[in-house]
Amino acid sequence: MELNDRDHRLISALGDGLALVERPYLVLGQSLGMAEDEVIARIQAMKDCGIIRRFGIIVRHHELGFRANAMSVWDIPDHQVAEVGRILGDSPEVTLCYRRPRRLPDWPYNLFCMIHGRDRPAVEAAIAALVERYGLGSHAHAVLFSTRRFKQTGARYGRRAAAE
Amino acid sequence: MSLDETDRAIINVLQGGFPIAARPFAVAAERLGLTEDDLLARITRLRADGTLTRFGPLWHAEKMGGGLTLTAMKVPAERYEEVTEIVNSYPEVAHNYAREHSFNMWFVVATERPERIREVLDDIERRTGLAVFDMPKIEEFFVGLRFEA
Repeated sequence: MELNDRDHRLISALGDGLALVERPYLVLGQSLGMAEDEVIARIQAMKDCGIIRRFGIIVRHHELGFRANAMSVWDIPDHQVAEVGRILGDSPEVTLCYRRPRRLPDWPYNLFCMIHGRDRPAVEAAIAALVERYGLGSHAHAVLFSTRRFKQTGARYGRRAAAE
Repeated sequence: MSLDETDRAIINVLQGGFPIAARPFAVAAERLGLTEDDLLARITRLRADGTLTRFGPLWHAEKMGGGLTLTAMKVPAERYEEVTEIVNSYPEVAHNYAREHSFNMWFVVATERPERIREVLDDIERRTGLAVFDMPKIEEFFVGLRFEA
């Protein structure tokens, strides 16, 4: 899908989120000089082609009681990484899973999983369960707990928007 | 903040699949067995108390033509505050976490133009005198990022 000018104006206006009113797409359209139908059709098209990954509530995980998070990283041989990534990505404990480049010699890991939990022992138990279940014990592995969060704004597009 | 069962159901059901229709809250409320007014009132309260940051889209950066990467730095403990201030001064830095490792600072950079990523990272290297390790994703296996309330 090619985004045109009107889509970009809509993306920019959507950055603040929807108004919490009965007809939010009407209100959004009024701020842009677009009809409600056009707003709905354009958002639907962006959702259908994946420009909008997900449309709904965006939570603050810390405030929801997920107080601990760790980035769990592995060095998986290149010929196996796609398969291991798919397995870990499908696991209930894992909230995000990506293959990324190694940065040798400083950083030997190429598979990154985010694990969120109520507290640190819960995250440690979840990681231990993954290692046990999928026989990952022989791969080099590190767990990086977060100690402080400085910024959680979401990425900005147009005026303001969020992406992961 | 305390969440009752209805609040939890709202959070769990509406993290994705919010209706794109003229009366979306009415459609969503029906799914949850609530009235439109009740759902709006609860979402308004959850946003006011900070449980929700926003109600709207999560964008796919690359499909929008933008740049997105994860970067890491090894920051000496005595310089941590100073470097944090420099890194966070860029509007392109979306989140920044301190982590327990020799790579102790991890942040996401998201830009409207892909070329801008390199400019921001070079600029941070120049201003801090520290190496910035760029680790853009090669493949994505899951982007759930949903939380059970």
